Amino acid sequence: MLSIKNLQARIEEKEILRGINLEVKPGEVHAIMGPNGSGKSTLASVLAGREDYEVTGGEVNFDGKDLLDMDADERAREGVFLAFQYPVEIPGVSTTNFMKTAINQVREHKGEKALDAVSFLKLMKEKMKLVEIDQSLLSRSLNEGFSGGEKKRNEIFQMAMLEPKLAILDETDSGLDIDALRIVSNGVNALKSKDNATIVVTHYQRLLDYIVPDYVHVLYKGRIVKSGGKELALELEEKGYDWIKEEAEAAV
Amino acid sequence: MKKFAGQSIIDKLSERFEASKQELTSNSTIADVRQKALNHLVENGLPHAKAEEYKFTNLTKALEKNISFEMNTERVSVSKEDVEKLRIEGLDAYYLTFINGEFNSEFSDEVTESGISFSPLSAAIQENNQLAGKLFDKLSKSTEDAFVAMNSLLANEGTVLEISANSEVSKPVFVQYINTKSSDIHAKNLIEVGANAKVTVIEKVDTLGAEPGFSNIVNEISVATGANAKFYKIENDTDTSYHISNIHVSQDKDSTFTSNTVALNGAMVRNNLDIKLEAEGCEAYMNGLYLLNGKTHVDNHTIVDHMMPNAYSNELYKGIMDDKSRGVFNGKIFVRKDAQKTNAFQSNKNILLTDDATVNTKPQLEIWADDVKCSHGCTTGQLDKDALFYLMARGIKKDRAMAMLLHAFASDVIENLELEPIQAYVEAIITSRLEK
Ligand SMILES: Nc1ncnc2c1ncn2[C@@H]1O[C@H](COP(=O)(O)OP(=O)(O)OP(=O)(O)O)[C@@H](O)[C@H]1O
Ligand SMILES: [Mg+2]
Repeated sequence: MLSIKNLQARIEEKEILRGINLEVKPGEVHAIMGPNGSGKSTLASVLAGREDYEVTGGEVNFDGKDLLDMDADERAREGVFLAFQYPVEIPGVSTTNFMKTAINQVREHKGEKALDAVSFLKLMKEKMKLVEIDQSLLSRSLNEGFSGGEKKRNEIFQMAMLEPKLAILDETDSGLDIDALRIVSNGVNALKSKDNATIVVTHYQRLLDYIVPDYVHVLYKGRIVKSGGKELALELEEKGYDWIKEEAEAAV
Repeated sequence: MKKFAGQSIIDKLSERFEASKQELTSNSTIADVRQKALNHLVENGLPHAKAEEYKFTNLTKALEKNISFEMNTERVSVSKEDVEKLRIEGLDAYYLTFINGEFNSEFSDEVTESGISFSPLSAAIQENNQLAGKLFDKLSKSTEDAFVAMNSLLANEGTVLEISANSEVSKPVFVQYINTKSSDIHAKNLIEVGANAKVTVIEKVDTLGAEPGFSNIVNEISVATGANAKFYKIENDTDTSYHISNIHVSQDKDSTFTSNTVALNGAMVRNNLDIKLEAEGCEAYMNGLYLLNGKTHVDNHTIVDHMMPNAYSNELYKGIMDDKSRGVFNGKIFVRKDAQKTNAFQSNKNILLTDDATVNTKPQLEIWADDVKCSHGCTTGQLDKDALFYLMARGIKKDRAMAMLLHAFASDVIENLELEPIQAYVEAIITSRLEK
């Protein structure tokens, strides 16, 4: 589904991604871990199409198409979804209106008919239940004045609405209380199928207790320096990153 | 040496005044005002390039270059269709239509309800209407602005509206000026809103055809005790039209005045809005929206003058500048020594969509009283890139995402517009501009 080869990217002359390789197949869950500043959010943003980053090398293939050739909106319509580490507050844009516009643009792209008001509301209700998000939040301006946890929940609500092929969750667990963590994870798991895939960026094992990864990768200084199964996350939890950093430095 | 500008224009205006002297000076009071206006122009000229109040908007130069100021006697026929196209769809109002500065009864509605009386200015002057004598060049003065002087010299037509005490006019009065081929029109609206009366007036000026036109409109609005008046100005004229507006308002005790200025198109537009809160307990609201593209230049100069205690003013102006357009905002708040317990707020926010678009914004607060609450703020920035990416990351196309953000930016001013057909008119323009 997603094939990243030797991806390099920089921002304002600063090299951040220095050759990422990653293969994600339908049905898989990949966890990306790594110290602060190692480039996890950058990778997520580059995949989602943020223009601030300049891709200086490598390629990304998504479902047979050149992902890097598409604008952010086109990638989203093709089925890439990024749950932001820091969702943006947009005063004056209602969540409902925003969601309706997004859904219908995605549907149009797939050659489906636009949802009418009734079916849209029905879908909203169904997905709201899934992530236990309150109606009152959605009648407000997009993320405006939302608490940290509410913003994260809204991200997963949007993901549930859009049903992407590839979901990239950037530290969706940070800022969530214990109950919310469980609810959000259950939501993510409920949306999982053999046809879609998930990349979760996280610092903590506790999320991976709920969303169990097939693979765990460690990103360090813009490269994936170690990959393994779910037990790698447990090992990191126990030992920290020093041993990985040492291994990585030794290999250079 | 004193700087003098606009000599050629003033020569033309003097000639025109002489040629139409009989008509223009038939009423002795007004004749006197016109003579003083002419003297003022001849002595002081028009604003020069460095004139403080016009330094960003060199209207004098633009007029010298584009407008002939010849007397225009040519009659162009205007169809009912032309007139209706320039109105606001779905807006039920008393339409009063002036073609090339002359009142056109055929295209205008009859204002029959009690409590409001309308007279074209020319007739009011002929009949020695007391209101014409009372307001003509009184709130906005020839001595204070050369374009007011120009208007007082030549304006022989316009709208005289009198709302009697305690009357609530059932629908808005829509004053429509249509300029065809003629080079310039000068009109005055004199509006008196009686005690506790309520009225909404809308003004829109349009030019038919691609030739340059100039319109110079003055409004003198007197709002009596407890009255509530709303004034809308919709500016969506052609790319080659030049416009100056002077709206001068005096408010009596416990009255409310709301000004809504929406500038959408034109070559160069200058709006002077001057509100005097002359008694206690007044409220003044000033909303402005300028959505500019191409080379449109719009300058909003506002003054709210708190003269007495316990009054409130709130000003919100927002601008979106695209292409090579230019916005100017200058907002003055005066709080006089007697105006204790004044609450005055001002906010001006701007978005520049291109590197070539510009805005000059300046708040100017002068406060002589000590017990007041005043705040002001201006911001200028680009469209929020992070917000744009967020919307696009959900599959929304760039144009649509930009339109959503711009609607959101303008939404509070648009909400203040209250009249739904006008809101729809503005919303449609934002959308169509971005989908171009
Ligand atoms: N606009 C920018 N200008 C300069 N450096 C930047 C910019 N954006 C990101 N960086 C740098 O790129 C590096 C990678 O940042 P990134 O946000 O991808 O890290 P991360 O792995 O997600 O970290 P965290 O775990 O703290 O979220 C950091 O050193 C960061 O400071
Ligand atoms: Mg990060």
